[in-house]
Amino acid sequence: MIDRQPIDTYATRISEEKQTSVITGATASTEKRQSVLFGDFPNTHDLRRLAGQIKDHTLHHLDHYLEQAEAALSRNGVKVHFADTDEDARQAVLSILRDHQVTQLTKSKSMASEEIHLNPFLIDQGIEVLESDLGEFIIQLDGDEPSHIVRPIIHKNRREIARTFQRAGIARDLNDDPEVITRRARAFLREKYMQAQAVITGGNFISCESGRVVLVTNEGNSRFGMAPSKLHIALIGIEKLVPSDRDLGVFLNLLGRSATGQQLTVYTEFISGPKDPTQPSGPEEMHVVLMNNGRTDVLASDGREILRCIRCSACQNVCPVYRQASGHAYRSPYGGPIGAVLSPLLFGDRFPELADLPKASSLCGACNEVCPVDIPIPDLLLRLRDKAKRAHISQPGDLPMAPFATLATSPSLWRTAMTMSKAMNHLPIDVAPFRPIQDWLGQRTLPESHGGDFRKWLKNRSKEQGLRDTPQ
Amino acid sequence: MSVPLQRPVANKVLFMATCLCDAFYDDAARASVEVLEHLGIEVIFPENQTCCGQPAFNSGDWKASRKVARHAAEVFGGDLPVIVPSGSCAAMHSHGNRLQFEACPEPAIESLANRTWEILDYLVHGLGISTWKGAFAAPTRIAFHRSCHTRGTRTGEAAHALLSSIRNAEVVAFGQEDQCCGFGGTFSVTFPHISGRMGSLKLDHILAQQPDLLVSADMSCLMHLTGLARTQGRPVQHQHAIQVLRDTLA
Repeated sequence: MIDRQPIDTYATRISEEKQTSVITGATASTEKRQSVLFGDFPNTHDLRRLAGQIKDHTLHHLDHYLEQAEAALSRNGVKVHFADTDEDARQAVLSILRDHQVTQLTKSKSMASEEIHLNPFLIDQGIEVLESDLGEFIIQLDGDEPSHIVRPIIHKNRREIARTFQRAGIARDLNDDPEVITRRARAFLREKYMQAQAVITGGNFISCESGRVVLVTNEGNSRFGMAPSKLHIALIGIEKLVPSDRDLGVFLNLLGRSATGQQLTVYTEFISGPKDPTQPSGPEEMHVVLMNNGRTDVLASDGREILRCIRCSACQNVCPVYRQASGHAYRSPYGGPIGAVLSPLLFGDRFPELADLPKASSLCGACNEVCPVDIPIPDLLLRLRDKAKRAHISQPGDLPMAPFATLATSPSLWRTAMTMSKAMNHLPIDVAPFRPIQDWLGQRTLPESHGGDFRKWLKNRSKEQGLRDTPQ
Repeated sequence: MSVPLQRPVANKVLFMATCLCDAFYDDAARASVEVLEHLGIEVIFPENQTCCGQPAFNSGDWKASRKVARHAAEVFGGDLPVIVPSGSCAAMHSHGNRLQFEACPEPAIESLANRTWEILDYLVHGLGISTWKGAFAAPTRIAFHRSCHTRGTRTGEAAHALLSSIRNAEVVAFGQEDQCCGFGGTFSVTFPHISGRMGSLKLDHILAQQPDLLVSADMSCLMHLTGLARTQGRPVQHQHAIQVLRDTLA
């Protein structure tokens, strides 16, 4: 039975309230982002292409750059761990925490940690983990999942957040003024920062030249987390390497603009290892966990360009399908176009289950147009559709194409079908036994068939005027 | 997406009508022939043409779509420019085919990619026509929907130049112009809800400007938008840009 695709079904079921939050949130700063990204440079497309090339180069020589990064980080006094699987990454983090008898920590936003479900794991191990990014903090209070890479609570409105704060005992009333909400979160979190024995962060970039770990935030929460903590663990995907400090200029210029329409995020931290004795505060010990978790499989696949991604969410914001369906429809930490490509590749063992994600696109190409590292997302979606077809993975909503190919390679059959399609004008096609056809026609009026009329006109005219046809 | 840099220009061309014009929009195909002939171009219509293969390609059935692409490459063989009144089918020839044949390129497929022009792009960037000597009888507000498959090509720019140079024509801007109409071929069938919402949103933005005419370089987008508009009881006059050029010819 041909039916609609899972993401379309999901979109029919989300509440109007959630749908409005997502579409307003994703659309809100489009103009600001576009004007800053495309207005600030003489040729932004060249810059996007350059950024893509730097990433491609690094990924093609990943073995070399990983060694270089390890050496540079070690020189800076950072302890480097390699984690091949999600379980390796969780255990690496846990064992560092155990070595330091950590029972309480704060954590800044990290998509890598979302990928491996680090929070529930550590909490199960008896460690108190507190998300310090405001959005992630609210997600944690709600037991919800982030639905957007940069704005995890894009699907919530402020009234819901006020209710959450009241329920969690952070607020006594339902005041939903954003400033009040933020002040309340701040008061609550600041106390927690002071109690935490460790901080876990992600990392936006690592310069292989200097071993600098770059972290960008708008709330300064990772800095706050780091200042009182004795121990800093950064969990970072191996695709986050860039060759040199100079390259950071390219990426930092693109990241803030693409993500939020800012020339730079409010905080950009360059972390060159644990604190040195002259510094008054900061972690005395720093660990970097370099996580593979399927990335080398992606690198070996024909969707490797997706590893260029710097997690700016520009593709998500601009995607009309994401706007209607929300990030949760994509059933992984990554929603929207990036998720539609990355999730089926990254979580390869779940490929049949996630193979419908690449189909959730009209292939409009808006994602590629705004991508700061010029990832050809529509091409990758198409390659994955081909891959699913070759692996004989079918989903509800797949249409059989063999009859179409037969028709489209048999000219006389084609011409007959065109002429015959005029008969459809007199048929009650809306009672066709296919549910999708009914759905389609329920919302849309099909134009009247003029099948074969152009050919007839041409033929009559060529008789009159002697217009030449190609000999058949 | 990008188009080949060096494409042939000639006063004799192969015309690909597209399956949508073959089935529904014969007048857009007719207008294409009439405009080209008006410009002194000899138009050849290979009778055995069918479709560019996009329905199968976009569905991931590349075995099926490669067959159709090979058929098209054979039908449109030779060295003449291939002119298509659709940004989407042109992109299939120039870009989609390259993708589905990237592991094993075929000369006929490459040749088709390098010879295919979307018709407005051909008029402006092939033939060097920068303004259109046409006129509307009365002031006419045109909403031009840049179809998504012309991203990264020069079709949008060409259409704007020609349409806005017509006397009495005003090309009006509307909200979120870069958003998709929601059609996407088979996408609209297997994602009927999301596709319908996308199209309705697009219509809201377009109709807010009260245009006299909705114009595009792709009949597929127009079929979707006007199909929704009619069911919703807010019909809108629509034409392919090439029909506008023909109808306003002095």
